[in-house]
Amino acid sequence: MLKGGYVGKILRINLSENKISVEDINEKWAEDFVGGRGYGTRLFMKEVDPQVDPLSEENKLILATGPLGSTYAPSSGRIMVITKGPLNGAIACSNSGGHFAADLKRTGFDFMVIEGKAEKPVYISIYKGNIEIRDATELWGKTTKETDKILRSLTHPEAGTLEIGPAAEKLSLISNITFDGHRAAGRTGVGAVLGSKNLKGISAFGTGSITVSDNERFAKAVYNARDILSKDAFSGSGGATYGTALLVNVINGVGGLPAFNGHDAFLETADKISGETLTKEYLIRAEGCDSCPITCGRVTEIRKGRYKGNKGVGPEYESIWALGAMCGVDDMDAVVMANYICDDYGFDTISAGSTIACAMDLFETGYIPEGDIGFPLRFKDSNALVNAMKLMAEQSTDFGKLLAKGSYRLAEHYGHPEFSMTSKKQEFPAYDPRAIKGIGLEYATSNRGACHVRGYTIAVEVLGDGDKNTYEGKAELTKTLQDLTAALDSTGICLFTTFGLKGKEIAELFASATGLECDEQEFMKKGERIWNLEKIFNIKAGFTKEDDRLPERMEKEPIKSGPSKGEITDLGKMLPEYYKSRGWDENGIPTPEKLKELGLEGIL
Amino acid sequence: MKVLSIDISKCTGCRACEYACSFKHTGTFNRWDSRISISQFLEDFVFIPTVCTQCEEAYCVNVCPTGALSKNYETGVVEFDSNKCIVCKQCTMACPWGSIKLNHTAKEIIKCDLCGGDPECVKVCHVGALEFTEVEDMVMDKRFRSATRLKESVMGV
Repeated sequence: MLKGGYVGKILRINLSENKISVEDINEKWAEDFVGGRGYGTRLFMKEVDPQVDPLSEENKLILATGPLGSTYAPSSGRIMVITKGPLNGAIACSNSGGHFAADLKRTGFDFMVIEGKAEKPVYISIYKGNIEIRDATELWGKTTKETDKILRSLTHPEAGTLEIGPAAEKLSLISNITFDGHRAAGRTGVGAVLGSKNLKGISAFGTGSITVSDNERFAKAVYNARDILSKDAFSGSGGATYGTALLVNVINGVGGLPAFNGHDAFLETADKISGETLTKEYLIRAEGCDSCPITCGRVTEIRKGRYKGNKGVGPEYESIWALGAMCGVDDMDAVVMANYICDDYGFDTISAGSTIACAMDLFETGYIPEGDIGFPLRFKDSNALVNAMKLMAEQSTDFGKLLAKGSYRLAEHYGHPEFSMTSKKQEFPAYDPRAIKGIGLEYATSNRGACHVRGYTIAVEVLGDGDKNTYEGKAELTKTLQDLTAALDSTGICLFTTFGLKGKEIAELFASATGLECDEQEFMKKGERIWNLEKIFNIKAGFTKEDDRLPERMEKEPIKSGPSKGEITDLGKMLPEYYKSRGWDENGIPTPEKLKELGLEGIL
Repeated sequence: MKVLSIDISKCTGCRACEYACSFKHTGTFNRWDSRISISQFLEDFVFIPTVCTQCEEAYCVNVCPTGALSKNYETGVVEFDSNKCIVCKQCTMACPWGSIKLNHTAKEIIKCDLCGGDPECVKVCHVGALEFTEVEDMVMDKRFRSATRLKESVMGV
């Protein structure tokens, strides 16, 4: 019997049959896979064939909260989206902050399974005990922000919302799922799964309570965690003052900011697109996700120039990098504007920016004729950036449609897939693997394709006391952080809490909330179990060792300028050791012994 | 006398205060059981905290037919005795701010009691939107902050 944290119920919506049903959660799975990402993946694997076409009726999408959600545990607003990702066919756990996780839990559900396909556009209204699938024909084509507003006007002004934008409706492989009109589960193209199912949005309003196992112990764990976070430089003040964009100058300062589609890792004028500039010239206010003391969210407006008067949220560090440095653009007005377009239409900013950078590279090299685009698409040209962004958003030309498929399909179409800065077809984010060695291993081995938030080695390699230039110890570091994050993502609290909290504090939050006793070691074991589970899905989906790689540019083309000038990387110096430290064979397949140790025998 | 002072411009809408209040008073997490409420206006990213301001001449006290509500002039708190309450809901209609409320079951009246002088909501408000301060300081500070803004606009800063 679960004692707290979980509400205990799963809501299942079958859009093909117009059927709504409720199930109990599996208590053993809660203990083994925590919740959120872990539990969601376990449930997904039971129900969906890994070989399924991500955009077919047979694919499902699970919304998953964690046992710490809708409490005052710090930064406990994460919602996880588990599905087979359209961008690459790997297991996708894409996640978002905001308040939707808390709203969903208050309606009485930890998880929501969406399956089948509606005949025409629909939205789902969850209002206290009433759940309805309603017509959304009028909403189709609306931006995320408009949809959020309309959904709340149709249901309750204080409801939480989930929505997709035009990008996902048109099945863009880099489309996101937006929450409350401004937060996004951005990566792996999860929006297109909902687009393929004709599900435009969800509104959730509930009045339910969440209990925890041991009130006194939980309160102690929460106040301890909040106290630790208040003392860290990022979670205590830097995040609120500068947002994640604080990193622009930091990462550029060590020569680790990929630029010009990875030809370089340094932008001379990066300060023009830094967090300091964002705060000084664009910031209206900080915004906090559910129960979050860090408040890195940015509410911003463009106050001058040709885009004057536009308002929105962000950009985040990654978005600034992708739409800025990666395209060689240092015009912050254009970067912020391109970011707003991504948000309104529902694009993943990392993939969108990196795809435009790839297009610029292909154009300058002469591989894309100007006639295909309609204008010269050059690095550094901020107007070209915004115009390309508009082509991607509208998807009304062949080239616009290509852009919306991401850089891999674009580069492949023009016969040069090596121009795509991706691992497993997903664009890598804002840290150069030549300058910072461990992050390259993380990109290559991340279960959802290139990603920084499966195992954020930057916290040690750049922000901590690690050595970013060495290969030594990076296998173990990557494994440890990947396991910790897998477990953390499953509790429902934000990765940014790990700027202050260690496994010990997070395990205590989990144990005191749920009554499932768990020390740091056991917590890490749960994370490792989740990581292996995701890996098994990918193996069954057809991924092999050949997919655990970096773009060849990272291993062949030295960084042109800046503090890391001349650096390249060699994945081969880390990957075999990584497989070994994971207890996998030389082909990256979990051994039967490892699976037995994790209680996953029989699942491969 | 100390009061809960609210700086709307600092609120980030995180709802931690609601959870802390609910947990302290009911032992469970439910924003509808919280005595303090954050109204989110997400289109404009404005967040408005509302909570009982412990009126000197409280309408809720005046309309209460059973004496369940009373003003304690020593502590400043408008006190609520649930044993005397018949849930007639007149107080919820009399309060101009909606700060006396029904709980999530809609069967009980709830209002802020300042946690007996150690408000839980303030402890989780890391941005300083909520403070427990002497009432005269709150008003004086507010006046000076407004004057500072005016000064800056006059100087064109």
